[in-house]
Amino acid sequence: MPRSTFLVAGLALAAAHLAFAQSERMNLPKIVEAGSGFSIQSSGSGKATLYLIGPGRVLKQDLQLGDTASFSSLYHAGHYLAVLVSQSFTASDSFDVVPAGKPATLSFLAKPSRLPVGLHDAITGAVYVFDAYHNLITAPTQVAFELSNPSGGTQQRSVTARDGSAWTAMDSTAQQGADKFAARVGNITSTRVVAQVPGDPCGLKMNVHPVGEKLQLTTDPVRDCNGNAISDGTVVTFTERYGGAQSTVDAPLKRGIAEATMQVHPGATLSVASGVVMGNQIGWAK
Amino acid sequence: MMKLSLLLILCTGLLATSTGGSAEVSVRVEPTTLSGPRPLQDQSKAAVIRDYLHAWQGLRGALEQNRPELLAADFVGTARDTLADTAQQQAELGVHTRYQDLSHDLQILFYSPDGLSIELTDKVDYEVQVIDHDKVITTQRESSRYLVVLTPAEVRWKVRVFQSVPQ
Repeated sequence: MPRSTFLVAGLALAAAHLAFAQSERMNLPKIVEAGSGFSIQSSGSGKATLYLIGPGRVLKQDLQLGDTASFSSLYHAGHYLAVLVSQSFTASDSFDVVPAGKPATLSFLAKPSRLPVGLHDAITGAVYVFDAYHNLITAPTQVAFELSNPSGGTQQRSVTARDGSAWTAMDSTAQQGADKFAARVGNITSTRVVAQVPGDPCGLKMNVHPVGEKLQLTTDPVRDCNGNAISDGTVVTFTERYGGAQSTVDAPLKRGIAEATMQVHPGATLSVASGVVMGNQIGWAK
Repeated sequence: MMKLSLLLILCTGLLATSTGGSAEVSVRVEPTTLSGPRPLQDQSKAAVIRDYLHAWQGLRGALEQNRPELLAADFVGTARDTLADTAQQQAELGVHTRYQDLSHDLQILFYSPDGLSIELTDKVDYEVQVIDHDKVITTQRESSRYLVVLTPAEVRWKVRVFQSVPQ
């Protein structure tokens, strides 16, 4: 027989040996997949007690040495200790239960739930991937993230989960509305809703008209830089400066427009602002 | 004492400290190489490590005395349920286990962007003693790599995932 044949046979035997955690009295698998059955082979003669201790599972059963103890399944991934006790000896060994390979649930954390439109990398999502028994799947797993808005626009990212976790960041879109943020692994999907609201006002502009002894100040419809209407209730501040004095009026947007009435002061400068956004200025000479 | 210990951990990366058991526990903290976008402040890092090491005390007490309620301070969710099941089944069989962590080699892997979870790995050496009623059945020294996910609770980080993985 060629030498290489012996070598191959030897390697195969070595591999078979490595696949099992062996003590002199017990032969048990080194790795068991969660949810799968397995058995522990004992050797010798006489009676013994087998203890199996691990996360979420503790067993104690009598055994005839030389028999095989079969177990339907263990569900919790982790390190397990097997102890075989007879009158004449105690043998111990350990093995690992690993997560089932198929993802079953996702723990998906998306933040924030509400934000202005048009922000770069402002929406983040983190995922933990679990099997059917709530074990964290530690093998590299592909996670697809998708952010879609009501008008059909989508952003997609594909990320490899390592040690069970993956994350991504997405831009908030240009249009206000309720976007759907989904994380998908295989056919398992978890979705969150991210409300996108208008950003700061953009191109804030007011017009001034005299009404009797007073001035009527009215804005154009207030929108953000992407054309989304700013929400009613947003406060717009009108300011009038004259002769070293100043008066201001805060007015909430109603139907997209803010209005105020101010006294006429010849030579006054009128300005408009909303939050940190300045609008136009008008000098009133009359 | 624990605050001082954690400060030393962060400064030196290695020290022996007591986590409440009788033995000195060697704790090593590997440099953090986060995969997430959120920076982890030293104060948060120290708190996470402190609370995780404290969780081993809860685990030890719960499994030695078969009192699942001792897990509540340090564990939550699946990790708590699983360990509580272990304690309960041990009690039914008259078995208890005495865990003594000997060394921890910790590395923080992931801090979620929302700040609501931290994942770390711990290569831990520990001794476990199995006791059936009052008779010590065996004492084993084990080495395991744990993946741990902690989430913030009212005043501390709690262990939500506590899973040994093959090394």
